[in-house]
Amino acid sequence: MDNSGSILLSLIIWIPFLGALILLFLHSDRRLKQVALGTTLVDFLVSLLLLVRWQPTGEMQFQEFFAWVPRFGINYHLGVDGISLFLVLLTTLLGPIVILFSWNNIRENLKAYLVLMLAQQAAMLGVFLALDLVLFFVFWEFTLIPMYFLIGRWGGRNRIYAALKFFLYTMAGSALMLVVIFLLYFRAGSFDWLELRQASLDPGLQTIAFLAFALAFAIKVPLFPFHTWLPDAHVQAPTAGSVILAGVLLKMGTYGYLRFCLPLFPDATHRFVPWIAGLAIIGIIYGALVALVQKDVKSLVAYSSIAHLGFVMLGVASLNQQGLSGAVLQSINHGLSTGALFLMVGMIYDRRHTRLLSEFGGLWKQIPVFSAFFVVVVMASVGLPGLNGFIGEFTILVGAFQANRLWAVLGTLGVILAAWYLLTAVRGMLHGPLDNPENQKLTDLSRREIWVLAPLVILFFLIGLFPNLFFDKINPSVDLLIRDVQGPALALLLP
Amino acid sequence: MNLHLAIIVPELIIVATALVVMLADLTGRAVSAPPRWRGQLMAGLTMVGLIVAALLTLVQIGLPVQDIQNLLIGDELSRYLNLIVLLAAILSVLMAWDYLVHFTRMMAEFYALFLLAVAGMMFMGKAVELMTLFVSLEILSVALYVLTGFHRGQLAGGEAALKYFLLGAFSSGFFLYGATLLYAATGTTYLSEIAALAPGGFFTIAGLALLLIGFGFKLAAVPFHMWAPDAYQGAPTPVTGFMSVATKAAAFIALLRVLLATISVPYEVWSWAIAILALLTMTWGNLAALRQRSLKRMLAYSSIAHAGYIFIGVAAGSQAGMNAVLFYLFAYAFMNVGAFAVAAQLEKPEFSAAQDADISATRGLFGRKPLLAVAMTLFLLSLAGMPPLAGFFGKMYLFIAAVDSGWVWLAVAGAINSVISAYYYLRVTVSMYMYEPSEETFVRLPLQMPVSLAISIAVAGTVLFGILASPWLTSLSRSVVALAAR
Repeated sequence: MDNSGSILLSLIIWIPFLGALILLFLHSDRRLKQVALGTTLVDFLVSLLLLVRWQPTGEMQFQEFFAWVPRFGINYHLGVDGISLFLVLLTTLLGPIVILFSWNNIRENLKAYLVLMLAQQAAMLGVFLALDLVLFFVFWEFTLIPMYFLIGRWGGRNRIYAALKFFLYTMAGSALMLVVIFLLYFRAGSFDWLELRQASLDPGLQTIAFLAFALAFAIKVPLFPFHTWLPDAHVQAPTAGSVILAGVLLKMGTYGYLRFCLPLFPDATHRFVPWIAGLAIIGIIYGALVALVQKDVKSLVAYSSIAHLGFVMLGVASLNQQGLSGAVLQSINHGLSTGALFLMVGMIYDRRHTRLLSEFGGLWKQIPVFSAFFVVVVMASVGLPGLNGFIGEFTILVGAFQANRLWAVLGTLGVILAAWYLLTAVRGMLHGPLDNPENQKLTDLSRREIWVLAPLVILFFLIGLFPNLFFDKINPSVDLLIRDVQGPALALLLP
Repeated sequence: MNLHLAIIVPELIIVATALVVMLADLTGRAVSAPPRWRGQLMAGLTMVGLIVAALLTLVQIGLPVQDIQNLLIGDELSRYLNLIVLLAAILSVLMAWDYLVHFTRMMAEFYALFLLAVAGMMFMGKAVELMTLFVSLEILSVALYVLTGFHRGQLAGGEAALKYFLLGAFSSGFFLYGATLLYAATGTTYLSEIAALAPGGFFTIAGLALLLIGFGFKLAAVPFHMWAPDAYQGAPTPVTGFMSVATKAAAFIALLRVLLATISVPYEVWSWAIAILALLTMTWGNLAALRQRSLKRMLAYSSIAHAGYIFIGVAAGSQAGMNAVLFYLFAYAFMNVGAFAVAAQLEKPEFSAAQDADISATRGLFGRKPLLAVAMTLFLLSLAGMPPLAGFFGKMYLFIAAVDSGWVWLAVAGAINSVISAYYYLRVTVSMYMYEPSEETFVRLPLQMPVSLAISIAVAGTVLFGILASPWLTSLSRSVVALAAR
């Protein structure tokens, strides 16, 4: 593979860290924003090189290896494949977008805010690129720190409770995972993902390891009974924080299942997959029903996240090519469309300082550009054919149908509910009479705000119309993943 | 005759410095120099002595093992202990540099006693004979009893010193009784001979158990911890920071040596005792810390909990466990002394009843003194075990060692305890970042150069030690003997 020996992945991770360090020595607000935006743009451009130099294979590429703690075989080992590629690109894309969004609405401690945003981005990239379990855990756990401060300092009224809950809940989830990582090291002899994938672990260990990993990831996703931190954190976080939370942070959970639980513990996966599917379906329906009764638009979007991630997990649980590829793509879709929804809710909140549906109505007459964007974003989220959400949900449902018809039927129920609650939001905000005098003073999107949303909307169409651009890169890695998962089960069928 | 005096040169330097400090004070008084100047002079002399001793210890690393009459041994374990103790001492003296002037006029006495405590700990790390061990232990204890009570004008100071002294004397009794029983079993107090004779039976087990209780008191292990919160709270903060780290380090090393010697007690027996001690200590320390309102007292309970984490490494008993203990102590020296250094800046500069800072005194600190708040945050997150800070790597190596030796449940208990502890550490960050400054908030003591330096060193150590110290961990592993394979 001719792109080994490249330092591209290190660059992608460390450019934002470097930018954060530079920010520490700057003082003027304007300069701070310029450097932060510049850093994230450079990072995005560098990450695009991955596409340019991509090899058509499902194996790990752009690998980097450096012995870190030789005593215990802990290495700085990075790599990217079709499953992580678009998550990395999504992260680097959302970076400049959220900084551009925050251009004028962070008034205090701008420096700290930007430093935390950049550190957050670097840590999340590390999670998607690390192939060493300890390195992965270091990045995984580190992502809590910047987000904790972002919620706790710049968040809404109930921010302290939300920040603490977010931090402790997720930390508690990963405590067991850490110990199990060490257990794996002593049983399988390595912290390295590539080596662990080859090792065949005994079923007892697989069960323990699967459960510990699955718990950490289930809290992150979040799967149904572990979701209670999410509405608090999403609603209380500042807009940019919500975008990062929904857009990327939750994907760390689904990514965790795809990268670790499925290929490393295939026997346990087969055992627990019905449970995951069940929880995912409960999440889809529960999230949708709760979203339906929200009065606050931001809460509505937050609960819709639970439903959408239920879909992704349903794809993961179907364990076949359509389901898994759909799950990878739908992770990206959700990041784009929910990110855009949070951004738009933030834009309207900056103008009106309320997010209650009852306060709005008839906005289409007053702010047509905003309304047009809003409808497109909602349609992407609902899954209108031609836009990205349709491709993801459709592929997942095809996969689920093959795995278990009931899953697909129940999942489809979620699609209908999603259309219901999202269109309710559209009706409440955009249609009807423009009777609230406050709303008659609203100004339409500024050029900066259009710049913030435009890349996302373009991608909605790109994915919706040319999904194979993406599936071509995702599928080879998913095939390998399926081989890892199905291998032992198929072997049992042979005489 | 083995009389390699060279191995104790660093210790001798420290003792000599203590004498020089006292003489210099007499001279200073004779020429009636102002107290502030005398304070600076004493601190400066102390610092020189500590740095010279540290440099000499660094030179010794890698040299062959030598001993003095089988009483004191110069091996890698003792050299690393010296470094930990001296690191904590250097940071604490920097912390005390200007702090002390506000509290006392007896600078020379303070620094001389401080140096003697340092010397006692360093000797304790080298002692391989029970009476030498005991004398070292008493040297450091007596010096610390006095230092704990240095707030003479205050009830809290007196209470702290008295509690520490009474329970300390009590624990010395346990220690001596244990030593006596080992002597009864073997007829010798030399650890190497005890190991060679490998006596079985009741006396050895009882002797080890009593020694363990004695160490338990010194390490503030639950259920022998009752003195610690009061003593830590009442002592001058630089002393608290110093003893929470250095006493622990010295006592752990001595405990390891005793465990190495009592070879006849099977691993399954003593490791269970240690494991239960670890579980009780970390759990109780963390649960009690949750309820504290005083910053210093909260850190005191947190320091109890950290002794519990370190016991995990001892229970593992392997070479990896010993490495992890040393590694953790280094990391702990940076983060814990650092946390106390910041806490010291929030205290009121006069003698008053409630003098140590409440957690509410940190309200809005980020708005007033952002750098100080960021430093405190790093220390607290590191204590909570968040990557990529030193505390995470320390805990990681402890847990790895535990899992390796089959103590999976102990590692799980440690991990869950980290989550519990995160809550009270985060409470301080909530108060620093997420509230506006109140009238209570201000840095009471001006941030002088020495304490800023101490905090900077601690920050650098907390951030970088875990990431960069891995090659060192490999060289460390060669130098440390495993307990389980005695």
